[in-house]
Amino acid sequence: MAQRREAAIVGIHEYPLRVVGPGTSALQIKAASAAKALEDAGLSWKDVDAVYDTGTHQGIGGLGISEYFGFNPRLIDTTAVGGTSYEFQANHAARMIASGQASVALLTYGSTAHSDRRNIGTAGGTSVGPATPAGNMEDSWGQTLIANYGMVKNRHKHQYGTTDGQFAEISVVTRKHAMRNPEAVKAMTDLEFVGINEITVQDVLDSRVIAHPLHLLECCMVSDGGGAVIIASAEVAANCAKKPIWIIGTGEATKYRENGGDITVSAGAQSGPRAFADAGITPDEIDIFMAYDSFSITVMCLIEDMGFCKKGEGGDYVSQRHLGFDDPRGPALNTDGGGLSSNHPGERGIFLLFESVRQLRGESTSQVEGAKLALAVGNGGQLGSRHATGATILAAD
Amino acid sequence: MAGQRPLPRFPEPDTEPYWEATKQHELKYQTCNKCDMLIFYARRHCTNCGSDDTAWNTSKGEGTLYTYSVIMQSRHPAFADLGPYALAYVDLDEGFRIMTNIVGVDNPVTGITIGMRVKVSWEDQGDGEVSLPMFEPA
Repeated sequence: MAQRREAAIVGIHEYPLRVVGPGTSALQIKAASAAKALEDAGLSWKDVDAVYDTGTHQGIGGLGISEYFGFNPRLIDTTAVGGTSYEFQANHAARMIASGQASVALLTYGSTAHSDRRNIGTAGGTSVGPATPAGNMEDSWGQTLIANYGMVKNRHKHQYGTTDGQFAEISVVTRKHAMRNPEAVKAMTDLEFVGINEITVQDVLDSRVIAHPLHLLECCMVSDGGGAVIIASAEVAANCAKKPIWIIGTGEATKYRENGGDITVSAGAQSGPRAFADAGITPDEIDIFMAYDSFSITVMCLIEDMGFCKKGEGGDYVSQRHLGFDDPRGPALNTDGGGLSSNHPGERGIFLLFESVRQLRGESTSQVEGAKLALAVGNGGQLGSRHATGATILAAD
Repeated sequence: MAGQRPLPRFPEPDTEPYWEATKQHELKYQTCNKCDMLIFYARRHCTNCGSDDTAWNTSKGEGTLYTYSVIMQSRHPAFADLGPYALAYVDLDEGFRIMTNIVGVDNPVTGITIGMRVKVSWEDQGDGEVSLPMFEPA
């Protein structure tokens, strides 16, 4: 089956600061990143005809953000499904561009989560906004975000015998990649990480438990940041400054807290196979695996649900230690340093696309030689209750 | 002084009958009269077939611990000073899964195991307010 060549990522920009300080807003991060990503693509502000945005920071959703930028798009999409909104949006954009509905799509993200001192992981139910059925069933229990994922990890350990040491391998390889990425090192420095160096399994196990059985070094950082992605038609891509990175497979799915359901199986068990079938490739062909690492357990579930190994065998899989950029036995995992050690301002999905593109262009700080195929898979919401998993497969010529 | 736990807020017409029943220490769940599927948490419609023809049932309040996490760090004012506490999913024998806290164990880190049998333990909130269905070892 010939790979699709209809829509491509032609421009990216990862906002360099992880601590923006006062005087810069999320909207300004989005606009600055949009300009840089268009410059990266060799396109101009007026070329944008489709706007993708979670509609978070400006009134009236996609209308407000389009006005703020100064665009009159013919297509607006405000899909908001948490951290993987950007895989959902990229997939939507690729399909709309392929069907001729738009030619240059802009996706942006901006967040000042760190500067706002948002306790994303440990705040618990806030009881703000209108009452909801789900909130009424969950807000009374002191659930923190980390504990939600902790419940999934605990069940994974119970059901499959996965060990804390195996989960820690994910943090270890991710930090190895982070230490090679100057932006990640600067992020950890600015966020005042203790011990900015490569780490061992024992370091992870010795770090304090935040919500049993999740240790500090299994949890992502809370940074500021954002960025932008430009997706264009084949016709536009042919004249862009950088080589096109084609979107060749897309899959999206949702999952909820189900009565009698298996909490260790993510929505990726549906969206992964969809994306691979769409692309006409198999997991063993993937060179770069950008998996949403909100926590170690998220990656463990995604490794299994994307089909890199059988369900429940993720522990043994990561124990083989072949996820480093320099090991040809397996795909390279989160080569930018991930949310664990490089960038996580609340919704990491767009960063998965950035590093996939950098790898397929040959621009990564942990470059995999000859990388041709990347899988970016995001997870939004909360893994242990309701979440969405978007998978985007990218290819270089 | 610890703050008050967040409590369910009303009006919220889907879950209000469920919470009203907790005042009598009754743990309610719904079934669909059309397709027989169990519905939980409470909604006016059946999540399996869309029917609005549903029935309320009362659980015996006994079940099995599906999974849990012991929270060592919470910044919520009601929970920050509690010390370690356990968040859990319990599978009731009738077939529905509920989020709850596990109580009645000396040390939640060592005293709780997945698969253990548990039963409901009501914790009344305030004066005539709802009661929270927590669970303790059976």
